[in-house]
Amino acid sequence: MDPMRKKDCHDSGESVRVASTFPDEVLERVLALVKSHKDRSSVSLVCKDWYDAERWSRTHVFIGNCYSVSPEIVVRRFPNVRSVTLKGKPRFSDFNLVPPNWGADIRCWLVVFGAKYRCLEELRLKRMTVSDESLEFLALSFPNFKALSLLSCDGFSTDGLAAIASHCKNLTELNIQENDIYDKSGSWLSCFPENFTSLEVLNFAYLHNDVNFEALERLVSRCKSLNVLKVNKNITLEQLQRLLICAPQLAELGTGSFLHELTDRQYSELKRSFNNCNNLNVLSGLSEVAAIYLPALYPACTNLTFLNLSDAALQSEELAKLLVHCPRLQRLWVLDTVEDKGLEAIGSNCPLLEELRVFPSDPFEEGIVHGVTESGFIAVSYGCRRLHYVLYFCRQMTNAAVATIVQNCPDFTHFRLCIMNPCQPDYLSNEPMDEAFCAVVKTCTKLRRLAVSGLLTDLTFEYIGKYAKNLETLSVAFAGSSDWGMQCVLGGCPKLRKLEIRDCPFGNAALLSGFEKYESMRSLWMSDCKVTMNGCRFLAKEMPRLNVEVMKEDGNDDSQADKVYVYRSVAGPRRDAPPFVLTL
Amino acid sequence: MSIPLEHNYIGLTETSPMERSSDMLSSSTSSTLSTEDEKSSALNLMETELRLGLPGSESPERKPGPGVSLFGKDLEDRNNGYSLSPLKNPVSGAKRGFSDAIDGSSGKWVFSLGNGSEVDLFSPGGGNGGKPLGGLEGKHNTQNSCPSATPNMKEAASVPQSLKPVQEKKPQVPAAKAQVVGWPPIRSFRKNTMTSNLAKNSDAEGKTGFGCLYVKVSMDGAPYLRKVDLKIYNNYKEISSALEKMFSCFTIGQCSSHGLRGRDGLNESRLKDLLHGSEYVLTYEDKDGDWMLVGDVPWEMFTDSCRRLRIMKGSEAIGLGLSYYNIHSE
Repeated sequence: MDPMRKKDCHDSGESVRVASTFPDEVLERVLALVKSHKDRSSVSLVCKDWYDAERWSRTHVFIGNCYSVSPEIVVRRFPNVRSVTLKGKPRFSDFNLVPPNWGADIRCWLVVFGAKYRCLEELRLKRMTVSDESLEFLALSFPNFKALSLLSCDGFSTDGLAAIASHCKNLTELNIQENDIYDKSGSWLSCFPENFTSLEVLNFAYLHNDVNFEALERLVSRCKSLNVLKVNKNITLEQLQRLLICAPQLAELGTGSFLHELTDRQYSELKRSFNNCNNLNVLSGLSEVAAIYLPALYPACTNLTFLNLSDAALQSEELAKLLVHCPRLQRLWVLDTVEDKGLEAIGSNCPLLEELRVFPSDPFEEGIVHGVTESGFIAVSYGCRRLHYVLYFCRQMTNAAVATIVQNCPDFTHFRLCIMNPCQPDYLSNEPMDEAFCAVVKTCTKLRRLAVSGLLTDLTFEYIGKYAKNLETLSVAFAGSSDWGMQCVLGGCPKLRKLEIRDCPFGNAALLSGFEKYESMRSLWMSDCKVTMNGCRFLAKEMPRLNVEVMKEDGNDDSQADKVYVYRSVAGPRRDAPPFVLTL
Repeated sequence: MSIPLEHNYIGLTETSPMERSSDMLSSSTSSTLSTEDEKSSALNLMETELRLGLPGSESPERKPGPGVSLFGKDLEDRNNGYSLSPLKNPVSGAKRGFSDAIDGSSGKWVFSLGNGSEVDLFSPGGGNGGKPLGGLEGKHNTQNSCPSATPNMKEAASVPQSLKPVQEKKPQVPAAKAQVVGWPPIRSFRKNTMTSNLAKNSDAEGKTGFGCLYVKVSMDGAPYLRKVDLKIYNNYKEISSALEKMFSCFTIGQCSSHGLRGRDGLNESRLKDLLHGSEYVLTYEDKDGDWMLVGDVPWEMFTDSCRRLRIMKGSEAIGLGLSYYNIHSE
């Protein structure tokens, strides 16, 4: 039956009125409740009316690769957007594999938004280049601007933050996560006007300079809705205690340094302040921790669901004692200073644990290194059966251990194992680690993200292609034996969206085996593999809707393609590519 | 499979091309050599290059055994094996060096002098020609003063023999200390906080408050480290003489070779002499995890940002833009 539709005249000049059983207003109301991007995408594909209703009702747009689309296209399709999330550089730029000045500058986006999205309220950027001028432009152009979140961005200084603090009268969120920021001074914090009270989220944990503590204290006191506060390590315990008194309602707290000497009285005041924090769900910071003061925290830990100790070099006993007080923990990040014993304590004390990340305290082995081994991981798997997200840095692993782990925890959705010495085999059997990842992909049918390491042959990739049917993101380094490995993955993983490869023996045959697949993926990264310029040119020629970019390094042979970044785009080739980026 | 092994891979016995290129590198204070330099150094060193792959793009691909040639890149594309790759953009150079190094090797080669910064010129990423080269020079001068560098050279020396067999078996890569750009995949903010954490945490035990600022001091070749309280010194001169007193016991061996035995008591000038002779250089790791030459910034800024000190062999500090005279200009 042909649905009778009534179409509002959004398009200029056109007015088609048809009797309706399902008016657009209703449709738009319903669609406003659909939040997930994937669902919205599906909705927009149903029919033209639904496409229109969806685009008019969309208030948040997520752009996973800023070069896949142009700002003009975005504003044209979605006129009412108030919140934008943008991701820029390829993920390996976090590890210095992308030269500086590569691009992903927010500027051209802001210019277009300034014209079309006057009501913009939120901007969340990841791996973008943001200048102080852009931040100032942002602060001045959007009167309703509320939330700024910068993660892994570069190009700006604390002057830009000062502009935001000075001009954004309705700011609720200032979330300066780990960025490459030129930290000139802490004076930006003092730029919040004295009558400014709307802040709900303040995170400056990774800024180095001192802020004016009195200004911070006043700010925290008057922002009654503040529920996330993450301070930097210059804030002392005594100062922290004063902040807690001002803001006992905090749900997320990042402490400063947990170190400086306290008198008994100060210590009990601190403990009392923590006792008053009944709403704390997330705790982080604790850099430079003096373990004797940790018990002050215990009263606040009862409702903790996320404990981030990745800045705190705790020993195993200290962690064990702390964990006893955190019965509801779901997410835990630690440094490998806790060693296997600490991980055993995790297994014993955290039955609800869903996510564990173990970071290396000494990745370059400058001191005596212990770290964690396979036994710690096994211990966690026995105690934390709900574990589904793991990031684990270690120096030794065995195939048998991984098999045990996934048998205990078959629900892994994210399995990121980093054996820190490249190409290291199973240290007991000296075999490649192929069977480990075979166990992972066979057992964990819900696996969406996988990072492999250790000595791996093409067999690993055969297994991945054969079994990892839900895999969306795959990270590979120093692995594989031949093109066949990559071909298996490209031929086998139907949901693959992001593939990032470095230092593997995959060449043109591998690259070209996936050329139809790349249009269904967000991006492909291959660096220091065996791909040549001719291979890339061929790919570019066959697939005009892909951007095939090669980053050239000085002095290397012109026929090798050192770094290849391939992504689908409706915006065509980049117009802002620096000289070392060749778009083929 | 035939591999044209051109005798020893880093030309240990061929000092002239090495010195030639090391001269070029030491005279270069920027991080990239000019293309001409690269090309000419490449031409000079082609003879001494270790070729782990057949030269020429027409060469057939190697058929790797499981896990053997994980990086079968055509080495003829590179200017040299690994140790002499020019100081390119550190991002690329370092990485390149590792791949070359690990290619069909036991992976024990190269660069174990760790430091916090990946992209630092002297992050032993192999592409920093200065680093391994310095190691070589160090080898020429003093055999035993640099325990971390020596194993490199010992491995290196034995590599030509071990290379052929390695091709046929799976490469065992135990504890490869090679540092590669971007590996392990840790974000830089985390590295910075970790290194300062390690330094501060060990400082934290036993002492508190703002009154003192203990940092570790290591000296290449010394069997153990020391700690100094930066707060008790007022300028570079003072700390320099204190350090020299502290480490005098380790420098005696060097002193004798420089004919300084017989002077009673070490004084500042002896360390200076050692240092003027480019024997040692004082460097420090700053808040960002970068290794810096001591003496460039005002004293207060130095104590604020210094996390640890390292008395580095001068030969390894080539390329830090080193002129030891900097330190003594205070």
